[in-house]
Amino acid sequence: MTLPAQPTKPGEHRRIARDARNDLLFRGALLTCALLVLAALLGTAGSTLWGGRLAFETFGWKFLISDHWDAVNGQFGALVPIWGTLMTSLLAMLLAVPISFGIALFLTEVAPIWLRTPIAAAVELLAGIPSIIYGMWGLFVLAPFLADHVDPWVNDKLGALPGVGRLFRGPPLGIGMLTAGLVLAIMVIPFISSVMREVFHTVPTRLKESAYALGSTTWEVVWNIVLPYTRSAVIGGIFLGLGRALGETMAVTFVLGNAHQFSESLLMPSSSIASVIANEFTEASSDLHRSTLIALGFLLFVVTFIVLAIAKLLLLRLARKEGNA
Amino acid sequence: MTDAAVLSQPLAPATVSATKIVARGLDFFYQGYHALKNVNMDVPERRVTAIIGPSGCGKSTLLRIFNRIYAIYPKLEARGEVLLDGENILDARYPLNRLRSKVGMVFQKPVPFPMSIFENIAYGIRHHERLSKSEMDMRVELALRQAALWDEAKDKLKQSALGLSGGQQQRLCIARAIALKPEVLLLDEPTSSLDPIATGRIEQLIEELKRDFTIVIVTHNMQQAARVSDKTAFMYMGELIEFGDTEKIFTKPDKKQTEDYITGRFG
Repeated sequence: MTLPAQPTKPGEHRRIARDARNDLLFRGALLTCALLVLAALLGTAGSTLWGGRLAFETFGWKFLISDHWDAVNGQFGALVPIWGTLMTSLLAMLLAVPISFGIALFLTEVAPIWLRTPIAAAVELLAGIPSIIYGMWGLFVLAPFLADHVDPWVNDKLGALPGVGRLFRGPPLGIGMLTAGLVLAIMVIPFISSVMREVFHTVPTRLKESAYALGSTTWEVVWNIVLPYTRSAVIGGIFLGLGRALGETMAVTFVLGNAHQFSESLLMPSSSIASVIANEFTEASSDLHRSTLIALGFLLFVVTFIVLAIAKLLLLRLARKEGNA
Repeated sequence: MTDAAVLSQPLAPATVSATKIVARGLDFFYQGYHALKNVNMDVPERRVTAIIGPSGCGKSTLLRIFNRIYAIYPKLEARGEVLLDGENILDARYPLNRLRSKVGMVFQKPVPFPMSIFENIAYGIRHHERLSKSEMDMRVELALRQAALWDEAKDKLKQSALGLSGGQQQRLCIARAIALKPEVLLLDEPTSSLDPIATGRIEQLIEELKRDFTIVIVTHNMQQAARVSDKTAFMYMGELIEFGDTEKIFTKPDKKQTEDYITGRFG
């Protein structure tokens, strides 16, 4: 056995010490950056919880299940904003995920090369449009269009269905959860589809070639090879989009209608957590009202956390199933 | 006739050697680059034909024409004729499904699909045939036996194929290809990423498979070509320089270029 090399050159000891110190400093700096994120997260959660304590103390658990919202008499319930947030985001994901799939798959598997760059650029430009523009477009263009052409059809046709029909009955107002869901879908499509496109590019060519060599069609290659191979990253991308949809404020505030009446129908106006805060913060004169809005902020935090936790659990279960399979 | 019966049947004597694939005046263009120039070649049935040559000579390109896998990419074009059992596979009317079920392919690196060992084999079969559970079990077993992987894999059919060793994965890929009961097997440098022992097993397997399949193998390794093949094609700069019996190519080739290459003077 040979001994570790002894320092031979003059000053080598000092160099080694300096290298070790620099490395330590660098690691420390990286750790600080990471801790900063954690501190910001805990700080936000803690301060919204603290700011909302008056509301939580006053209403207790009823805060979550009451749809009573009366600023004059100091009665607040968070059911409608929570419901509105979840439903609009869910609707947005239902619309955005398949379309994003289509865009990403078209760009990676099907599109001729000269078409790929322009479409990819268009998708990225879509992501750069400020949400207030989407909100204005939703209110002035999309909402009247929906009121004139789509809502009556939805009410007549889908509203007549047994069971789910309840979701689609209502007057053709043009604003409401359906409109908000549509606008949100358009807003999250660029995010989801760019993540998916990046991920689909990571599938090794030889894997796809192997499947094609067995006679697979493009659809079979996508469904049986590309998707299983990229599944966790794809789900990650979807939840990134969902996170954005849950917290989106301006566009939703414009088109959701800001009603505090609870309604099952997607055609009816509603409100979301973010839109209530944006709308009422300047008018919140009483301590209780202001505390309620901060408490809503904390609830948004909790809702997002729960949704992301579900996503993680889903991935974990998938991974375990694959291990056994 | 059941698969078990096929297995136990004495194999046809490999004396008659019809021609399986005929390439005539074959040119290939890669975005305007002339990658194959007027290639003419007769691949004999139930024999091993090796294609050798330096990197970039077009040997993989030629192989990738035989199952038209190149066609999944835009801007690649093959001109001329490639006859498989007398039918031109370059004709757009030749059904791709029939081509891919008659001509199987194994790639340079082992590429198991991200699924179980069983599913890796069953996947391709399902595209072409509808089989009952027991028929499928039999087909999968047959393919694994033919690829000499059954004994190692039979207890973990439900486990992920990614858990196999590199050599086992490559035999799985061979099993996956022969599960479709193809007539031709294209091997694109199948051992280039394997260690010598795994390489030896694959070569042994090729020796056995040639009783049932027409095999075309592209290889960088000249010893391998000499060991496993009956016919050898030497390619250089997109041209087929010389094509003949392996023994002749490696002992007294007609062309100077062939001799230079096999004696290691270039390439």
